[in-house]
Amino acid sequence: MHADSHIQSLLRLADDALILGQRLSAWCGHGPILEEDIAVSNIALDLVGQARNLYTLAGQREGAGRDEDQWAFFRTDREFQNHLLVEQPNGHFGDTMVRQMLYDAFHLEQMGFLAQQKVDEDLAGIAAKAFKEVQYHWEHSSQWVVRLGDGTTESHEKVQQSLDSLWTFTGELFMEDEVDQAGRMSGLLPELAILHTAWLTRVSDCLKEGHLEAPEGLWMQRGGKQGLHSEHLSYLLAEMQTLPRTYPDAVW
Amino acid sequence: MNLTDHERIDRAWRQVRGVHDPELPFLTVEEMGMVRAVRIHEEHLLVSLTPTYSGCPATDVISEDVLAAVRAIEPDAQVEVVLSPAWTTDWILDSAKEKMRTHGIAPPEKGQADRAFLTGKGKVVPCPRCGTNNTHMVSAFGSTACKAHFSCKECLEPFEHFKCI
Repeated sequence: MHADSHIQSLLRLADDALILGQRLSAWCGHGPILEEDIAVSNIALDLVGQARNLYTLAGQREGAGRDEDQWAFFRTDREFQNHLLVEQPNGHFGDTMVRQMLYDAFHLEQMGFLAQQKVDEDLAGIAAKAFKEVQYHWEHSSQWVVRLGDGTTESHEKVQQSLDSLWTFTGELFMEDEVDQAGRMSGLLPELAILHTAWLTRVSDCLKEGHLEAPEGLWMQRGGKQGLHSEHLSYLLAEMQTLPRTYPDAVW
Repeated sequence: MNLTDHERIDRAWRQVRGVHDPELPFLTVEEMGMVRAVRIHEEHLLVSLTPTYSGCPATDVISEDVLAAVRAIEPDAQVEVVLSPAWTTDWILDSAKEKMRTHGIAPPEKGQADRAFLTGKGKVVPCPRCGTNNTHMVSAFGSTACKAHFSCKECLEPFEHFKCI
């Protein structure tokens, strides 16, 4: 496998974790109840931790001396390769939980594969840990989607709307491009068609339990993995990167 | 002073054993199962650590504390972080689990795949204060990344459970 594809693959994993972690951390101090404030902040912490490990690994594989901060704070929006789904705004709590459930189902299957692959042992170690953490994330988000979908008329309508607006960003998770293909050929990355089947089963079971319906025949957005993002990412990065870009030598 | 490698490692281990987990200060990093090895690598003392949770903020502090502890005896000592194989709660020493209990934290159980716990069905976490099994999970996420929040239905005390991962 071409070394570049390997690094790109690691960066995509890291970017997803960092952007979703940054999104979720905005709930800190704003959770609907104390336990949720703590839960969502904890999940954000797991994701940012995973991102740190993955960026560090990408830096080691690249061998050009870039550390986690260089990747996170000194790249522009076009250089980020996260999926469009994770950069979507938090919206209300139901929007956040539907986004999380859709991503957790994917993340869980993805980490399950990465923990088993033999191409990159360090990645397998990071993924083995992440897989266990993501199990908690999935249980949390999927239970909320069921509870809100099967709750009051208002909560049901709200999360059905969340699902209707976020579903268009799920297609990209399973669209293979040349980086994914190189990863699959070398055994580093899973076959996305297989992942899609597992994801759909998981998500459908959750939606069924919450009496929710996935929209059909939607146009699927794409571009995140290639650096073509929705406008939301640029604002997120501006906020996240402002301090290290203004004071590049700042330390705690 | 000419020490053998064996003596240097012994001496370093004594230093490492003095380092405590900042979030569970009654436990040492050795008891937490985070110290993978203390060895001599190319003449330098090298301590290998495996972090617990991916995002655990204590990890950086622990690395710094271990480094300071070994550098007190050998200024060119190094600490490396080993991510594979991933740390599991099975590596926590039994003695540490007993200490957790006496500090009001329900310890993780060995070899427990956490499915039952995750789905909220079937997993019994005894209350570390009164010992009853009549407890319930308030939230899977607690005060730190590694803990869940429980409540006892008998003595009515809230308590934390160290999650099995």
